[in-house]
Amino acid sequence: MLRWIRQQLGFDPPHQSETRTVYVANRFPQHGHYVPQRFADNRIISSKYTIWNFVPKNLFEQFRRIANFYFLIIFLVQLMIDTPTSPVTSGLPLFFVITVTAIKQGYEDWLRHKADNEVNGAPVFVVRSGSLVQTRSKNIRVGDIVRVAKDETFPADLVLLSSDRSDGTCHITTTSLDGETNLKTHYSVAETSVCQSVSRLEALQAVVECQQPEADLYRFVGRITVTQHGEEIVRPLGPENLLLRGARLKNTKEIFGVAVYTGMESKMALNYKCKSQKRSAVEKSMNTFLIIYLGILLFEAVLSTILKYAWQAEDKWDEPFYNHKTEQERNSSPILKFISDFLAFLVLYNFIIPISLYVTVEMQKFLGSFFIGWDLDLYHEESDQKAQVNTSDLNEELGQVEYVFTDKTGTLTENEMQFRECSINGTKYQEINGKLVPEGLTDDSPDGSTPHLTGEELLFLKAVSLCHTVQISYDQPDCLAGGGDPFSHANGFSTNDMEYYASSPDEKALVEATKRMGVAFTSSNGATMEIKTFGKSEKYKLLHVLEFDANRRRMSVILQTPSGGTVLFTKGAESAILPFTTSGEIEKTRLHVDEFALKGLRTLVVACRHFSPEEYIDVDRCLNAARTALQQREERLQEAFSYIERDLQLLGATGVEDKLQDKVQETIEALRLAGIKVWVLTGDKHETAVSVSLSCGHFHRTMNILELLQQRSDNECAEQLRRLARRIKEDHVIQHGLVVDGASLSLALREHEKLFMEVCKNCSAVLCCRMAPLQKAKVVRLLKTSPEKPITLAIGDGANDVSMIQEAHVGIGIMGKEGRQAVRNSDYAIARFKFLAKLLLVHGHFYYIRIATLVQYFFYKNVCFITPQFLYQFFCLFSQQTLYDSVYLTLYNICFTSLPILVYSLFEQLVHPHVLQNKPVLYRDISRNSLLSFRTFLYWTLLGFCHAFVFFFGSYVLMGEDTTLMGNGQILRANRQLMFGNWTFGTLVFTVMVITVTLKLALETHFWTWMNHFVTWGSIAFYFIFSLFYGGIIWPFLHTQDMYFVFVQLLSSGSAWFAIIIIVVTCLFPDVVKKVFYRHLQPTSTQKSQSVPPPQAQALSCMESLCCYQHGQSGCSRLARLLEQMTGNCQASANHCHAASQSNRSWSNSENFYSSDRSILTLSPIDGSQC
Amino acid sequence: MAKEKANSGPLARRPDNSAFKQQRLPAWSPMLTANTVLPFFYCMAVLCMLLGVWLLVTVQNTQELKVSEPEFSQIYLTDALCASALMISILFLSQGNVFFYYGLRNFHQNLRRYMDSRDDAQMVGRKKNLKSPSTYCEPFEKDENGLPIAPCGAVANSIFNDSFTLVYHGSKGSTIHVPLYRSGLTWYTDKNIKYRNPKVDNLTLAQVFEGTAKPLYWHKPVYELDPHNPDNNGFINEDLIVWMREAAFPNFKKLYGILNRVSEPFTEGLPVGNYSIEISYNFPVQYFRGRKEVVLTTVTWFGGQNHFLPIAYLVTGGLILLLAVILTVIWWKFGKDGKNMKE
Repeated sequence: MLRWIRQQLGFDPPHQSETRTVYVANRFPQHGHYVPQRFADNRIISSKYTIWNFVPKNLFEQFRRIANFYFLIIFLVQLMIDTPTSPVTSGLPLFFVITVTAIKQGYEDWLRHKADNEVNGAPVFVVRSGSLVQTRSKNIRVGDIVRVAKDETFPADLVLLSSDRSDGTCHITTTSLDGETNLKTHYSVAETSVCQSVSRLEALQAVVECQQPEADLYRFVGRITVTQHGEEIVRPLGPENLLLRGARLKNTKEIFGVAVYTGMESKMALNYKCKSQKRSAVEKSMNTFLIIYLGILLFEAVLSTILKYAWQAEDKWDEPFYNHKTEQERNSSPILKFISDFLAFLVLYNFIIPISLYVTVEMQKFLGSFFIGWDLDLYHEESDQKAQVNTSDLNEELGQVEYVFTDKTGTLTENEMQFRECSINGTKYQEINGKLVPEGLTDDSPDGSTPHLTGEELLFLKAVSLCHTVQISYDQPDCLAGGGDPFSHANGFSTNDMEYYASSPDEKALVEATKRMGVAFTSSNGATMEIKTFGKSEKYKLLHVLEFDANRRRMSVILQTPSGGTVLFTKGAESAILPFTTSGEIEKTRLHVDEFALKGLRTLVVACRHFSPEEYIDVDRCLNAARTALQQREERLQEAFSYIERDLQLLGATGVEDKLQDKVQETIEALRLAGIKVWVLTGDKHETAVSVSLSCGHFHRTMNILELLQQRSDNECAEQLRRLARRIKEDHVIQHGLVVDGASLSLALREHEKLFMEVCKNCSAVLCCRMAPLQKAKVVRLLKTSPEKPITLAIGDGANDVSMIQEAHVGIGIMGKEGRQAVRNSDYAIARFKFLAKLLLVHGHFYYIRIATLVQYFFYKNVCFITPQFLYQFFCLFSQQTLYDSVYLTLYNICFTSLPILVYSLFEQLVHPHVLQNKPVLYRDISRNSLLSFRTFLYWTLLGFCHAFVFFFGSYVLMGEDTTLMGNGQILRANRQLMFGNWTFGTLVFTVMVITVTLKLALETHFWTWMNHFVTWGSIAFYFIFSLFYGGIIWPFLHTQDMYFVFVQLLSSGSAWFAIIIIVVTCLFPDVVKKVFYRHLQPTSTQKSQSVPPPQAQALSCMESLCCYQHGQSGCSRLARLLEQMTGNCQASANHCHAASQSNRSWSNSENFYSSDRSILTLSPIDGSQC
Repeated sequence: MAKEKANSGPLARRPDNSAFKQQRLPAWSPMLTANTVLPFFYCMAVLCMLLGVWLLVTVQNTQELKVSEPEFSQIYLTDALCASALMISILFLSQGNVFFYYGLRNFHQNLRRYMDSRDDAQMVGRKKNLKSPSTYCEPFEKDENGLPIAPCGAVANSIFNDSFTLVYHGSKGSTIHVPLYRSGLTWYTDKNIKYRNPKVDNLTLAQVFEGTAKPLYWHKPVYELDPHNPDNNGFINEDLIVWMREAAFPNFKKLYGILNRVSEPFTEGLPVGNYSIEISYNFPVQYFRGRKEVVLTTVTWFGGQNHFLPIAYLVTGGLILLLAVILTVIWWKFGKDGKNMKE
């Protein structure tokens, strides 16, 4: 019982054993010792709350937030002790904030509930007591046999028992899980695959043993024990036997499977878990500011308390005759009184902490992030993908990026492979018109004639067309029916209409290429593969597939040839295969591979090994042993693989081109101009990487490229690093690029981190090649934790980039061909690399400016709000009398001043987006959190204090001592003359404050849409209307009617109007002057670019948004032209050169940072001298 | 159905090309440059100056006479009840309405507990609250006999209860009591809505207030505050209402009366001459080192003698002009052709 409770509470992990035992169809053994294991049911619960626990759980989560908790404490203090303001003043805003957040979260949870119910209520067919029963998805239990029909998704993680095919295979797609669109073949164990009907299944006696649930989609270790005629047969189970929940059945009529992981224990659900929270730099500084303000608050409260007691030392002030204390007050102990006075001051001043800051920031982020998804410029037409926001918390971080880490394949390149060249047995070949032609020769054979291939060529092509895991789509039943025999040679359409599905685009490209060259891969059905060499069909029996993995960097197949021999084909990275080859043209091939790489091609090396029958038996046993192992299967498989893949005969190498994505060069150039350092991290070979890097503009031709490659020992590495550092120091005019490879990097990171960092920082471009996924993340972390703590962004498209995407401050996924894993783990997802420029330069810039102003303004307006209250204490003997009415205290933050800043923070555009995109330099204006630096914070805070002083003392001088404010009745005859009390004074201060604070924001606003107008003037109008209304009624439930007609009386005084105007003008005038002076004397580059001459701005604004990128391009091409002029065309007239260098000089004068990064500038002196 | 079809084309997920979603809403982008701001500055400077001069002229038209306590404390004796007379002379003719104020210095009407110590529900004439005042009135809620105090609370309790009579010493040695309006001193809404006596059905005020005690420091119960005007008694007594509007600062003045210009020689205001103020002295100020004062003033359309506004306008106008000139110079020298703005 106790244990059950502990389990329910989550203290004990419910599963004790390492494996779970599943009795198929829940037929438990009748004899022997049997402990039933408890499994979760098949309900998917993605929702956080239920109706019952929503209120407590949500409240608990919200109050874990420090600001909310603070206000809760204030509220409780107000409830407990006698405080100047009623608990409502802090209770209501808190309630408002909590409610808004709760509604948002509740709504999101409701949506999740709806989705859950839909999933959990979906009809499924389960075999129970000998017949097929329809039930709901949530009722599936572990051990149930489930039937799934074609094109249905699997309702739980199933072990495949049988399919309608005799070989027990089925095809599935896992698009919704990892985005891979290829068809995957899954297998059933031979003993169960015969159970194709319910009745046969009924007779099946089997037990599945497998590991406990884990999140890795591609790992499954288990075994099935089938009892047939009293004897037990054990078979291994691997990921190829497991059908994952969420995947979809394809090309197969129906299958039966036994549920092993259900509900929240299925692999899909385990992958749901939310990502670790990333926090933006703005949020961090926001918290710092909050702490500073807490300090100010405490200081003010302590000061007031001390002064109060200093004042009260004299008896007559402690208790003047007209203000007797109650008995209770007189009797309470001094210490208690002191504490309660302190708390009362705390309550009085607590509004200095902006309560609605968090909720406004949250709303701004949530609503603001829609603009990214809506942006047409981030929409990719070809793939029908728009940008996707997974976390809105990081919007502003996009404006702070200093380092971009990008993957190469699929990110900079299209990941659309084209076979280009190959090397067979030491000879280079090219593909010309679908024929393999040795280099140097032209395709002179007449069309249609069958080319003659030598034995080596043929073997190479066969190897390429067999050694892969490509699937063929049969999705053309009509066509098949019409064409009769689908594989008839006569019409040959079958080969033409065939479509390949591959998880790796390289494989697809290679198989397609061999098909064009006459060796076509035509069918595979698990056990056999069929190819047609020039129409002649050959069947190979597939014995084993040695799958690809990132560490081995190669994959192999073992086949039985039609002639009966056994052969292993392997292909992989050259470094992973060449060391194991023993025959073939190794040296020549190596040379060729390097040549291919230099051209930017992706290279693969192909090799084979023939087995003698004895060898094969050994290999087979070895593999089977490894595959059935329950413990340490991975390690044992690795051993087996390396045992098999040796003594290889080199066949040749292939070169596949990966096309560069659109506008990569321009994007990288723009990022560089924006002061962002771009690092390329790739798994490719060093030569390939460098050549791609050059072609995409990451490395310039003018750069001095430093290398840190193939370091074997620590000392060597350190020595090399020191050498590089020296070279950089000696030669700081020219730009440097650094190339590092994975092995050297890990050496450099192990011991010489500092030295390495120094070298890296002085290089304008860094390229890391041969990187393992974890190494990528390590590099990101290294930069992230370096003393300057730069903001990093990682962008990638594949599963190998996930760790780096999660590590970086901002992770961006490319919706590419390599599945959705990167997208799922990213914070933002875009379709193409080129969108990064707009995402950072425009959206990032906007969001940063918006949120920075939002934060500063919030602190400012609360200082304005509460400081007069503090000052008033000096006039009322620190008796904690409030200056404003409670209702005003309550509504100031949630009604009177909340909307303008929210609208501002959604729509503000300091500079036109096109200008931002064309002038990446503007990005530097906001780098390193400059708008939230301590200086600007101080400016806003001091401004708040100054304004507060002006409000208070302005009003004080006006009506403080003994002046009469009312006239003799021109305005309201009935109220001739009259006296103003303290509430009128407070209202005057408050009115001035609301107007000033709203207008201050209006001064900051640079982009006045109708909404800004509406909320700005609307807020002021609302304040007036509300005050008239509030003051116009005797409120039955209030114990004092302090505000009754106060506002009307105030407004009917002419001098009050004059005072309001002059105080507002006095407050805002210096600000205007300051802005104008700064703009004229020290304009920032942002301000400069605001003054785009009107006609041009007009032209920009009427341009269609789709043209935007063209415009950006024209900017970039202008730049490129300039570059050309400066670097290349020195033969041009001296005149021209002179002009160019002159313009350069003026450039570097005004903006000295240009000289640090722009190669043109650093080169210009040389040009000049040459001219 | 049709909608779904429209959304399933090849560009199904394409975002709308609307001005809102593309952040291309038509907008006005003002820029604070010298060109835009300078004309505005000059206009403002001129406007402020003009207003300042106008206000100054207006203020100069008001006249104010302040008599502080030292001048009458010498005559003042320590007795609780005492009357004194104070001679003043007015050397100018106060034209128009003359307002008579009493002032207090160092009296804190703005203490939190003091301010809270009132019951507006009682004052608005709710019968139920008359007999059971709010606990906020502690310790002036009930007298020692347990009778509820009406009006309760510290504010009402400490009402200023001196009375003044202004006497004009005519040229022929005649003395005339200057007639003062003792009503119409309050906000209309206060007198008629916020402060009401409990409903009287054929009962006298005294009967209505039966069962309540007068505030501790008071000499008279609330229904006998004004012996001359029976309509000015109870909670709607104007002196009480004026007192109940607590002042924001420790030095304040409150309206006592307005010159009644019905009879000669006061139809034009207060004539030049000698006056004396007769004071019945009730309100003690020595406990809080306070002072009393009496103020006679005329007002203009925007209030009494207040030099702050004209000075503020003049100074602000001057500053704006100065800065505008400096800005013009800078603009002339550096930025006229916007060369600083060039990149």
